[in-house]
Amino acid sequence: MAVVLIGLFAGFYGGLFGVGGGTIIVPALIWLGQRPKVAAATSLAAIGITAAAGAIFYLWYGDVRVLYALLVGIPAAAGAVFGTAFQQRLHSRVLTALFALLLAAIGIKLVIG
Amino acid sequence: MTIALAIVLGAAAGVLAGLFGVGGGILFVPALLMLGLGQHQAEATSLLAIVPVVLVGSWRQHGYGNIRWRSVWKLGLGSLVGVVGGGLLAERLAPGSLQRLFGLLMIAIALELGWRAWRGEWDKARDSEAS
Repeated sequence: MAVVLIGLFAGFYGGLFGVGGGTIIVPALIWLGQRPKVAAATSLAAIGITAAAGAIFYLWYGDVRVLYALLVGIPAAAGAVFGTAFQQRLHSRVLTALFALLLAAIGIKLVIG
Repeated sequence: MTIALAIVLGAAAGVLAGLFGVGGGILFVPALLMLGLGQHQAEATSLLAIVPVVLVGSWRQHGYGNIRWRSVWKLGLGSLVGVVGGGLLAERLAPGSLQRLFGLLMIAIALELGWRAWRGEWDKARDSEAS
């Protein structure tokens, strides 16, 4: 039940900000006791459901630009292969610290504007 | 030039997605804004761009045996309801204030994660789980 609620909150957050909700799901699953690598992998699969549902929602509002989605999405799909391979070689603690740095950098940038 | 930069940002988003288990929307949204899309269009397009990334990433992660599918379906079930609520709210909010709120939340999560990484709590949990 806690996992469904995490999905609900992550979905809300994802729909609101146009992201998958992984920044919610990964720490929440880790907090529930999952290993970081398992949390990251499980989050990635769950995000597929969130993003597909969100894209369909916004298609209804006419906001989706399909060609632009392909322009960034296709290179990203290639990048994801390298990212997952790289992840297998990293210590979980290093992975977590990198995640924290990533979030802090983007967060500060967004707040400053 | 702008398109080339968007492609590079897209590839970087994919690496981060695979590495951290996020969709890459964090980088997609600024990349799409840079290409001239409005805030709502960028968010909507970002969600669509996430789909191919997670398809590839999930396929790789499934191969590594890291995915817990029961949790995936539970998360997905909750997110179906959540994403509609979030989308409806986004369609009613000003982009600027939303973005600052989003940034503050990310900093909060970053501090939480950084603290735990520094403490090394998850590695202890993993070691005990493995044994």
